[in-house]
Amino acid sequence: MNFKAMTAIAALVAAPLSVLAGPDEDALVVNGEIEMVTKTAAPAHMADAVDEIYSGWRFRSDETQALQMDDFDNPGMVFVDQAQEAWDTADGTEGKSCASCHDAVQDSMAGVRAVYPKWNEDAGEVRTLATQINDCRENKMGAEKWKYTGGDMAAMEALISVQSRGMPVNVAIDGPAQETWEKGKEIYYTRYGQLELSCANCHEQNYGNMIRADHLSQGQINGFPTYRLKNAKLNTAHARFKGCVRDTRAETFKPGSDDFVALELYVASRGNGLSVEGPSVRN
Amino acid sequence: MASGVKPRVKVPKSAAAGEAVTIKTLISHKMESGQRKDKEGNVIPRSIINRFTCEFNGELVIDVKMEPAISTNPYFQFDATLPEAGEFVFTWYDDDGSVYDEKKPIAIA
Repeated sequence: MNFKAMTAIAALVAAPLSVLAGPDEDALVVNGEIEMVTKTAAPAHMADAVDEIYSGWRFRSDETQALQMDDFDNPGMVFVDQAQEAWDTADGTEGKSCASCHDAVQDSMAGVRAVYPKWNEDAGEVRTLATQINDCRENKMGAEKWKYTGGDMAAMEALISVQSRGMPVNVAIDGPAQETWEKGKEIYYTRYGQLELSCANCHEQNYGNMIRADHLSQGQINGFPTYRLKNAKLNTAHARFKGCVRDTRAETFKPGSDDFVALELYVASRGNGLSVEGPSVRN
Repeated sequence: MASGVKPRVKVPKSAAAGEAVTIKTLISHKMESGQRKDKEGNVIPRSIINRFTCEFNGELVIDVKMEPAISTNPYFQFDATLPEAGEFVFTWYDDDGSVYDEKKPIAIA
């Protein structure tokens, strides 16, 4: 048997697998009105890595995809409603709620999720939504900080994300944020843990393949916070980062740490051009 | 009243007479089974929605008895055939005696 025939057989064996695990061609329209970009050309800074970027939605089964296409079916929306209540409820020593300063979330938070993490001039650092929320709670409301990846925080992030649904992710990676972005990129390409895996090993070089019984996506975070069927709650990006690093059998960074903030900025920038989907539904 | 309880219903605004319409309902509720224990080992008392009903113009469409094994945020989806325009009334009965209801009018197209 010559080499060509062998390759042909290998291709035959591999083909059905890649068809099953790769991104599909379905279109995501939420509530029959918000059209989402789930596949687009990769941003310029990724030119030598991949040509096209895909939302994790494309890698899921039709049943899971359907859950995100209607807000009534999307279990994440229950948490959005809870956060809406929290938004309007005063907390802390100052007797203020989110609404006291920011008024209606529908107006004040439109487009916010799309540009976070973002450089904060006053603080002199890149800030995530969660950092900003806790800053408000601590310094403006006199309330206790929420756990960085906890339920209250995830729900509030979801409420803020909903106001930007359908808008393209557009985080700034130049200017003052560049240093943090470079650091995030370094983390993305560094191999961690006993398994010596970097983010790129799975999510850049092997997306569309199976990792054990699951599909490897590109690891985009445009859909976060994400309702996962496996744990029936909203999951934040940093909780997912932690899970991934743990799976390489490494000591993980702390959620909310400078390292993960840098990584979030870098990973978010890899999704520049995809639509904000949060709260998305994944398995 | 248990905290964070919110009923939600999705009914089409209008339908043809005799047409089956799909109705989706969901109530956010923790559905504490009464089987679990807290950190100190005390049983957490049962607190569930034990009954759900839907009526259309006073006529019973569906009546569901719920048991503790039903998971959090119970979701029901069913079809109803409309003889006329009217109003759906959805009612959930909580263990603690609270009753939550939601009304949705529907027109004949």
